[in-house]
Amino acid sequence: MALSVDEAVSTGPAGDHTPPSRRFGGRGRAVLEVALLTVLAVVMLFPVLWMIETSIKENRDVYAIPAKFFDFKVTMEHFKDVFVASGGGRSTLSASFLNSVLVAGVSTALATVLGVPAAWAYSRFAVKAKKDQLFFILSTRFMPPVVVVIPIFLMYRQVGLIDTKLGLILIYTAFNVPFTIWMMKGFVDEVPAEYEDAAMLDGYTRLQAFRRFTLPLLLPGIAATAVFALIFSWNEFVFAIFLTSSDDVRTAPPAIAGLIGGTTVDWGLVAAASVVFALPVLVFAYLVRKHLVAGVTLGAVRR
Amino acid sequence: MAGIEVSALHKRYPDGTVAVDHVDLSIRDGELFVMLGPSGCGKTTTLRAIAGLERQTTGNIRIGDTLVDDLPPADRDIAMVFQFYALYPHLRTRDNLAFPLRAEGLPKAEVRKRVDEAAGLMRLGPLLDRRPHRLSGGEQQRVALARALVRRPRAFLMDEPLTNLDAELRADMRTEIKHLQGELGTTMVYVTHDQVEAMSLGHRIAILNKGRVEQIGTPLEVYDRPASLFCAAFIGSPPMNLIEVEVADGKLRSQGGLALTPPPGLPRDRRLVAGVRPEALEVTEPGAERSVPARVVSAEWLGDEIIYVVDHDGQRDVRVRMPPTVRFTADAPVGLRHTGGPPPVYDVSTEELVA
Repeated sequence: MALSVDEAVSTGPAGDHTPPSRRFGGRGRAVLEVALLTVLAVVMLFPVLWMIETSIKENRDVYAIPAKFFDFKVTMEHFKDVFVASGGGRSTLSASFLNSVLVAGVSTALATVLGVPAAWAYSRFAVKAKKDQLFFILSTRFMPPVVVVIPIFLMYRQVGLIDTKLGLILIYTAFNVPFTIWMMKGFVDEVPAEYEDAAMLDGYTRLQAFRRFTLPLLLPGIAATAVFALIFSWNEFVFAIFLTSSDDVRTAPPAIAGLIGGTTVDWGLVAAASVVFALPVLVFAYLVRKHLVAGVTLGAVRR
Repeated sequence: MAGIEVSALHKRYPDGTVAVDHVDLSIRDGELFVMLGPSGCGKTTTLRAIAGLERQTTGNIRIGDTLVDDLPPADRDIAMVFQFYALYPHLRTRDNLAFPLRAEGLPKAEVRKRVDEAAGLMRLGPLLDRRPHRLSGGEQQRVALARALVRRPRAFLMDEPLTNLDAELRADMRTEIKHLQGELGTTMVYVTHDQVEAMSLGHRIAILNKGRVEQIGTPLEVYDRPASLFCAAFIGSPPMNLIEVEVADGKLRSQGGLALTPPPGLPRDRRLVAGVRPEALEVTEPGAERSVPARVVSAEWLGDEIIYVVDHDGQRDVRVRMPPTVRFTADAPVGLRHTGGPPPVYDVSTEELVA
C-alpha cells in the first residue's frame, strides 16, 4: 500500500510538464491531486501507524483516554512477549510464526516446482484441447475459497488431514498452482522458443534445453510468481482457522486472531505480533517490486 | 553435403490441425532450395520436420542416404538459422559460435580455428567479445549465420532469417547468403513468404499452399508458367491478370474481345482463365490496331515504370506495366492490347494449368 501511494504522489510534479497555456489549470490540478492523495494516504496508513505505535506503548498508555499520540513511553516488552513465553522458553505465537514460514514456504516451493514445467508445456506444445484445459485450471480460482471450505473440511476429516501442517500445505499448493501456471505461461511465451530449438540442434535434449537456456531467462518471472504465491499462503486466514485447531499446527493469522476474545485483550501483544507478521511480506514485496509490476502488466512487454 | 528427400510428409497436431497435408520434395545436393508460401501453408513445419524439431505424423525424410525419421535434431548433422536469431543471450559472440562445437566435444584448438574461420567469413572480428544485446539486428543475424557455418553441416536450414531486418539490410544479407551458399556449395533449404527473396535466391522454388506443394521449378519457370491459379495469383508484383477467355475459331478471346496469342493444345468446352502478366499488355491510344476500348481507373507512378489499372468490357482492374514515358490520365479512354507470347491458361474448376 505504501508503494502505491509513493508512486501516485510522484505524478504530482509530472503535472508541471503541461504546456504553458494550460499551466495554471495543470498546477491547480496537481495540487488537488496531491491533496486528495495525501488525505487518502493518511486514511489508509493511519491503522498501520496506530498498530506500530500500540506495539511499542506500555499497556498503561495503550488504554489511556484520551489516546496518547506522542508522549508515551517506548517499550519493547510486547515484541519480547511475541517470541518468549511468560514463564521463559518459546511462546506459542513464535511456534505459529514458524508454522507459517514452513507452510507458506513449502506450498510456494511446491506450486513453483509443479507450475513452472506445466506452464512451459502449455506454452510450447500443441496439447489437445489446450484452451479448455487452461480454462479449467483457471476456473478453480473463480470462486472465493471460503465456498469450498466445508467440503474440504469434511474430506480432510475423512483422510486425517485435519489439524495437520501437510493439510494446509496441500490446500495452499492447490490454490497456488493454477495461479503459477497462468502467470508463468505469460513469462514463458515471452521467451522465444528458438533458444530451445537451437540448443536441440546443438545436441541437447528438450529438457536440457529448457533447463540450460529457458529456465535462466525465466528466473525473474519465477521470483515474481513465487512472491505472489508466498503472500497468498502467508496471509491466508479462512482455511487456516477452519482446518487447524492445536497450537503446534496453527499458522500466525489464526493465532493472532486467537489473542482477541479473552476477558482482557492484550492489545500491545496483538499489535506487536501483527507488526512481526506484516514485515516479511513487506520486505519481499519491496525486493521484487519491479517484477511485481512486470507480472501485473504481463503481455505489454515487447518481444 | 547431401541432398534431402522428403516423401509423403504429413503432419497433424494433437489438436487436429493439419499443418502439412502431403509434401514430396527432392532437394539436390548443393542446391539452394526455397520453400515459398503464405503463412500457415506448412513451409515452416516442413522445415522443422527436416530439422527434427517436429515429428511428422507419416512420411519419410532422408538426408543423404540416411533415413533420419527417428534421429534427434543433433544427430542429423544440419544447422538451422532462425527468424529471431536465437543467439544465447548470456554468451559473447565468440562463445555463441563455439557453443555447438564444444557440445560436439571438439578439441580446443580445432574449436578456435573454426570459430576464427567462420568469423572471418562473416566479418565478425570486432564483434567477437560482445553479447547479443549489444549487436544490431543485422549483426545478430550474421552471428547466427556464422554459428550455422562452424558446424560444417551437411545442410543449412533457414527459417525466414531476414524477416526481422529492415529493407536495405535485407537486400544486403540476401546477396551475402547467396554468395556464401555458392562459395560453400552446401545444400540450403530456405523458407520465406517473400517472393522477391525466393526469386532472387533460389535455384529452385517450391510454392506451398494449404499443406501441399503447388509447384516446384526454377524462378523463371515459376514466373512464366505458374502451375495453378494459386501460384499465378501469388507470384509477381503486381500479380498476373486472370482473364476469363473463350476459344473460338482457333483464337483466344476475352469476353470484351481482347485477343490473346493462343497456346497450342487448348481444350474446348471448359471454362478457361488466362494468366496474363502486366508486362504482356499494353495501353494504347483508343482505336489502335488490335486493341479493345478500355478506360484508365488509376495509375501508380513508380518512377521507373507506371502500373495502369484499366477496366475494359466485362473485365475490371486489369493491371498493365508501362514505361514511364507513356502517360495517360485517369478516366481517359484508351485501348488495351496483348503483346506477349501465349499466356498460361487454367481450367476454372480444377484451378490447374491446362495449356
